[in-house]
Amino acid sequence: MPTVGPRSGDAIFANVDRVNAELFTLTYGAIVCQLLTDLEEVEEVNKQLDQMGYNIGTRLIDEFLAKANISRCVDFKETAEMIAKVGFKMFLGVTASVTNWDVEGTCCNIVLEDNPLVDFVELPDTCQGLYYCNVLCGVIRGALEMVSMKTEVTWVRDVLQGDDSYELQVKLLKQVPEEYPYKDDE
Amino acid sequence: MIGVGKIKQYSNVLDKPLSKGKQEVSLSAFSFLFSELVQYNQTQVDNIAELERRLEDAGYSVGARVLELLCHREKGNRRETRLLGILSFVHSTVWKVLFGKVADSLEKGTEHEDEYMISEKELLVNRFISIPKDMGTFNCGAFVAGIVRGVLDGAGFPAVVTAHFVPVEGQQRPRTTILIKFAEEVLRREARLG
Repeated sequence: MPTVGPRSGDAIFANVDRVNAELFTLTYGAIVCQLLTDLEEVEEVNKQLDQMGYNIGTRLIDEFLAKANISRCVDFKETAEMIAKVGFKMFLGVTASVTNWDVEGTCCNIVLEDNPLVDFVELPDTCQGLYYCNVLCGVIRGALEMVSMKTEVTWVRDVLQGDDSYELQVKLLKQVPEEYPYKDDE
Repeated sequence: MIGVGKIKQYSNVLDKPLSKGKQEVSLSAFSFLFSELVQYNQTQVDNIAELERRLEDAGYSVGARVLELLCHREKGNRRETRLLGILSFVHSTVWKVLFGKVADSLEKGTEHEDEYMISEKELLVNRFISIPKDMGTFNCGAFVAGIVRGVLDGAGFPAVVTAHFVPVEGQQRPRTTILIKFAEEVLRREARLG
């Protein structure tokens, strides 16, 4: 009997409960506005968005692993493919692709074809350094940390800042092996 | 392939074509985001009333934009001028677009002329939220109350909107009621219009 293989992002997305993307977009916009009013400094807002994303990522990974039915990824390349093909699809309904691998296979770029966070958004001149979608960086970083990978995720290209696509760079800093919490001889 | 992954550039965000509103994200993505909104606001306030007010303010900005979007897309830029018209717009159109279904009920308050109630068995935003006992009557539906207030205010029907839990017999989770109390001027205008 064949084992159930990993489910495709589309299949999972079709099976989860979904909400209108506009509610999501507008809620995210309200959050960014609140942060800008409270924190005032663009750098602070970037950090806070990353932190919020990190909190989300640490919980999101459980749902991802439960629904995606994947076995352990063999290497970081597979991990990145999973994030792009399955992760983004099942949560945000967007297609993403992985590009630009470095020689050691520890650093790659993920390009988003679509981004529901930024519908209706334009950055004013006063917020030029703002990484509006920084929450996504935090989510990936948080999720990967829960599966023993310390990473650094940054924006390489951002349409709101004038580039032509949304591109994130995911860099694996180190694999932290899981610590066995009990002493063997007790 | 040329152009893969490149999004068409518009010099002005207002030139971008308006989407049909059919795109979806997973409920978990929204719930995670909403939970972060609540958690962040909890760190910024000292008491429950402040927290509800902040959630309501966040909802207000969503509501104002939802009104503009839906009036343009769903109603061909016609605006409601009558009370029942705007209430049924909120109860049906707004609810359907934001939460995927029309609201469970729309009632007129029996005690006061200026009160109306929209009820929902389980608000989408409250689905994965449980309120600890020490937070009393706090309701994250304050966010939805803010959305309704934003829509009504933008449409010219200023009101005070709040969210309340109403226990229902036989149901474990209480029902949520959005209470709308219209301003004096709205009722006077409505009476004048006959």
